[in-house]
Amino acid sequence: MLNLSNVNTFYGNIHALKDVNIEISQGEIITLIGSNGAGKTTILMSISGIVPPRSGEIFFMGKSINSISPDKIVALGISQVPEGRRIFPYLTVIENLDMGAFLRKDKDRIKKDMEYIFDLFPIISKRRNQLGGTLSGGEQQMLAISRALMARPLILLLDEPSLGLAPLIVKQIFDIIKKINIENKTTIFLVEQNANLALKTAHRGYVIENGCITISDTADNLLRNEAVKKAYIGL
Amino acid sequence: MKIKKMEYFFELFLGGLTRGSIYALIALGYTMVYGIIELINFAHGEIYMIGSFTALIVASVLTLKGFNQISILILASLAAIIYSGAYGYTLEKIAYKPLRHAQRLSPLISAIGMSIFLQNYVLLAQTSDFLPFPNLIPEFEFWEPYSHIIGSPQLVIILVTIIIMVLLTILIKYTKIGKAMRATAQDKNMAMLVGVNINHVISITFIIGSVLAAVGGVLIASHIGMINFYIGFIAGIKAFTAAVLGGIGSIPGAVIGALILGWTESFATGYVSSDYEDVFAFALLVFILIFKPAGILGHSDAQKV
Repeated sequence: MLNLSNVNTFYGNIHALKDVNIEISQGEIITLIGSNGAGKTTILMSISGIVPPRSGEIFFMGKSINSISPDKIVALGISQVPEGRRIFPYLTVIENLDMGAFLRKDKDRIKKDMEYIFDLFPIISKRRNQLGGTLSGGEQQMLAISRALMARPLILLLDEPSLGLAPLIVKQIFDIIKKINIENKTTIFLVEQNANLALKTAHRGYVIENGCITISDTADNLLRNEAVKKAYIGL
Repeated sequence: MKIKKMEYFFELFLGGLTRGSIYALIALGYTMVYGIIELINFAHGEIYMIGSFTALIVASVLTLKGFNQISILILASLAAIIYSGAYGYTLEKIAYKPLRHAQRLSPLISAIGMSIFLQNYVLLAQTSDFLPFPNLIPEFEFWEPYSHIIGSPQLVIILVTIIIMVLLTILIKYTKIGKAMRATAQDKNMAMLVGVNINHVISITFIIGSVLAAVGGVLIASHIGMINFYIGFIAGIKAFTAAVLGGIGSIPGAVIGALILGWTESFATGYVSSDYEDVFAFALLVFILIFKPAGILGHSDAQKV
């Protein structure tokens, strides 16, 4: 469904991604683990078209999306929950969700999807008229995921959803991620530093170091892999 | 004696309100553009000036053709709106868009360059003299009994401004494009990630700002009765002051700043001397910036992440 083939991305002169190859099939939960600065976020930004790759190809549903603008990529069905949530701080919760559905025109179904979101995250419903910036970190993460879901994406890109959240909330959010994957058949590409949690959630995983993909295997094998254990799980 | 004093005060109050309304129409363009791309569009005053010139040309032609006053006002305003809107749109595409990822100073210099260019372009294409501008706003008969308090032209200026403010508020608060504008102003990359075409949003912002400036240009030119190529600079500086006073980037702030500026000038002229109106206006600006550097309604960028 989503294929990265020999992708090279640069920030000015800095070679951030080096010949990255990733394959994601429909319905999978794929995780990408790596340390700070390894290039995890850059991969997502390249997929979303914010930092387009300099060489290599990104295919979505068989079509190259290299030179397509970010808004058209969203229209194709790729939504991202970026690192740090990036809630619009001076829009209300409802308005944030409206922005998630920005490209949609089916008003009735947008309404239904919003009800679905309120079922998924009751706290969001309670906060609906508050400004986004006044929500707690966990609530913002839930809102960020909800906002991305409002676009009815085929694939959801999640950038460190566990960052800075209490363990209980992290568990709640990961349960929801699994639920979205099973109920809506949404494919999920999960970027995480919390390798243990990510690998327990995902079907397959990739490890990135200094802009190169070094290991790719099933999640179970990665959990047992000595190098991965030592570097990312700390056991 | 007392009544005379009250009446004089009231007159100055309404005069200030009229001035403030015009400043507000222009200040909104500064503040909306700043809100969305953090650029002080120094050529915005020139867009206003071009609006007045367009209206003057159209009005002159229509007067020769024997149109009546109201239809001239409407057609001339429409022409000014279309022309200024097109200038605003083109200005952004030519002078600012290529510099969007450049250092902050580059677009600012480009803006000053465009301001000088447009002034001189009108100077060469038209004239350096003051041109008489016909009074396009009719004296309403039903208003006759109150016209000693406030004339019909001023009344029209205030009413038009109020209507425009209400429409703009509805646009920004409730429409899809309004939400997209606010989202883009708050976080451009995130707006792109939810599917907003930010080039589109930025263009629309410039067009709206230019249209408001054009309306202001027609109203004030018709009220004062004279224009030349330099009016944009002075009005621009004043409106910019109003926007900073209210908190640049804030839409209600621009309106409040503009009204305060209008009243300050009006009262300074009425009670002290017209020579001092600018002194009071800018002293007020300095005073507010000392105690509230972000302006009256501006918020400094400390937000929860």
